[in-house]
Amino acid sequence: MMHYIGIDIGSTCAKTVVLDPKQEIVLSFVLPTGWSSVDTAEEIRSRLCGAGYDPADNCCVSTGYGRVAVPYTQKAVTEITCHAKGAMLLHGSRDLTVIDIGGQDTKIIRVEDGQIKDFIMNDKCSAGTGRFLEVMANTLGLRPDDMCELARQGGGVSISSLCTVFAESEVISLIGRGEKKENIAFAVVDSIVKKVASQAKRLEDDSLVCLTGGLCESDYIRTALGRQLRTEVKAVAQGRYAGAVGAALCAAEVTKKR
Amino acid sequence: MADRREMWKELGMDVDTHDGLCAALPVAFGDVYLSQKNRPEGMAFWDFVVSDIHGIRPAELLEAQKEGRKVFGTFCVFVPDEIVVAANGIVTGLCGGSQFWVPDGEKVLPKSTCPLVKASVGARLGRTCPFFRIADMYVGETTCDGKKKAYEILGEDVPMYIMDLPQMKRECDMLKWKDEIVAFAKKVEEFTGNTITPEKLDEAIRLINNKRKALARVFEARKNPDNIPISGTDALLVTQIAFFDDPARCAEMCNKLADELEERNRQGVSVFEKGTKRIMITGTPMAIPNWKLHHIVETSGAAVVCEEMCTGTRYFENLVEEGLGTLDEQYMALSKRYMKNNCACFTPNPGRVEDILRLAKEYHVDGVIDVNLKFCCLYDTEGYSVERALKEAGIPVLGIETDYDDGDSEQLRTRIGAFVEMLG
Ligand code: SF4
Ligand code: SF4
Repeated sequence: MMHYIGIDIGSTCAKTVVLDPKQEIVLSFVLPTGWSSVDTAEEIRSRLCGAGYDPADNCCVSTGYGRVAVPYTQKAVTEITCHAKGAMLLHGSRDLTVIDIGGQDTKIIRVEDGQIKDFIMNDKCSAGTGRFLEVMANTLGLRPDDMCELARQGGGVSISSLCTVFAESEVISLIGRGEKKENIAFAVVDSIVKKVASQAKRLEDDSLVCLTGGLCESDYIRTALGRQLRTEVKAVAQGRYAGAVGAALCAAEVTKKR
Repeated sequence: MADRREMWKELGMDVDTHDGLCAALPVAFGDVYLSQKNRPEGMAFWDFVVSDIHGIRPAELLEAQKEGRKVFGTFCVFVPDEIVVAANGIVTGLCGGSQFWVPDGEKVLPKSTCPLVKASVGARLGRTCPFFRIADMYVGETTCDGKKKAYEILGEDVPMYIMDLPQMKRECDMLKWKDEIVAFAKKVEEFTGNTITPEKLDEAIRLINNKRKALARVFEARKNPDNIPISGTDALLVTQIAFFDDPARCAEMCNKLADELEERNRQGVSVFEKGTKRIMITGTPMAIPNWKLHHIVETSGAAVVCEEMCTGTRYFENLVEEGLGTLDEQYMALSKRYMKNNCACFTPNPGRVEDILRLAKEYHVDGVIDVNLKFCCLYDTEGYSVERALKEAGIPVLGIETDYDDGDSEQLRTRIGAFVEMLG
């Protein structure tokens, strides 16, 4: 029986999903992207073969910034299309706004009646991306997800600079001033949430808003974002696989066309 | 290819640094141009021009100077070529389109200046472009703040004349622009030592009109809804070279190319597969060798069928009335034609949005990319009204800000790829 493989090679993590013909997820795993997308793609291939889903016998679509580095893919599709498709399936809705805070870029995608109507992607600077969060967490000596949880207990401090480099030196001087870690964590998360929310506002709408990508597992980011956008932001357990799920759905379409 | 180093040295160029550009350009041209499939045969002329871009035309200009003719370098499509031609002068475009010149420009300009201005100033001060060396006089204009202030700096190094372009389009502004044209004519007469007569001006008007008509024919062929006879990347090159070439030869080559494109349309010979999405690009000009966006679009599964920019429709649309008997009437006719250009430096500027909506229909576009060069405040701000109008008209639009360097190429590929996927 033909299965559909979706591979999402992001800047930090590579996500893989296998869908069965009923669109149920039968396999999903994450690997660090590492230095070489090509090596990562090879490792993914052997894991897939080990689980009985040889890409050569199934249909495979790749996405993410390393999408062209997957030699066995049938087609490369951009992460915007894939995140939208994946979120539609995971959230069971054809009208929604998808926010994906990725490693090096943040995307906000507006879907109406199952079609992408508009999208926004941050420009080349890393403000408001997972990278920003990672750099700041590093400076604080924390893991990014711990920092996000710690932020819940903090408050009262803010970072004014959006640029990662300048914000980092702000964080360093806050540390130097003896500011509490939770307050700095709060300031970092607050800054990224505000930046993402201000981008999202440009798409003006009031439908279901959902957060995909790795950060959707942070309950605090989700609520903080909801507070800024004045609406509930939804996330599902498999949210970080949205891009890979979307790629697998594209694989199903590619097969159908043949 | 002839060895041009002697000529460049005599022009006082920094030949060693310039070698860097000479080494990079053929690679870039090969990647972007020669890798394309199904190109019209007529493009061989433009390939040839680019293969010796700092050689052939500069050598011609130097020959002309030996005969006593003057070369005027311009930075904007508002400067009327007709005046210069009527006084037996030659016009050459001077806009810098490469990151190569930007660092030299940044030595004197704020970093937050648009790359077009930085590259143009850098090409002059770094002495790495023959056209910037050859021009006897630069003609600037009061369009954007970046250029206005840059002209002051260039003016310290080279004779500079500035035309004061009105920023509104009232009746009094048409008259004002006519006065500016009259004053420019006087300056050109002085500088060349030749008198502009109604006969010579009418001849010049016809010559430049013919060039516009020939470019318009090339673009007309791109309107065919079922066939794409030429890539946008190639069409862009044709427009870019038009700023440098002899106007009569430009018209001749464009007409030949148009013949071929029309034949291709009859035969159904297309550069792209049937069903390829048709994109119009609107916004800031793309000076040679800025091919970045076209290349990304056309290697992401779509085709560029129209450019609403000064290196596009704004360069050739609208003709100057011919056959007028007096200079006064002719100057007014010139003012009227030039003031039809809807550059974002005007306020208010509803004509640009009207043009974009009209062109979107004429060229049967599926989507529009609104591009602005980083730090171009005018086009960036106007992007708001442009994108809103397109959305209201139900035409998908993608706004992009980009610089000359390639740092954002992968990001642009994702955004443009997603936009093309979104079009279906
Ligand atoms: S965009 Fe405006 S300032 Fe630039 S060349 Fe065109 S008319 Fe001139
Ligand atoms: S692109 Fe904008 S800022 Fe740059 S020269 Fe043209 S009008 Fe001026």
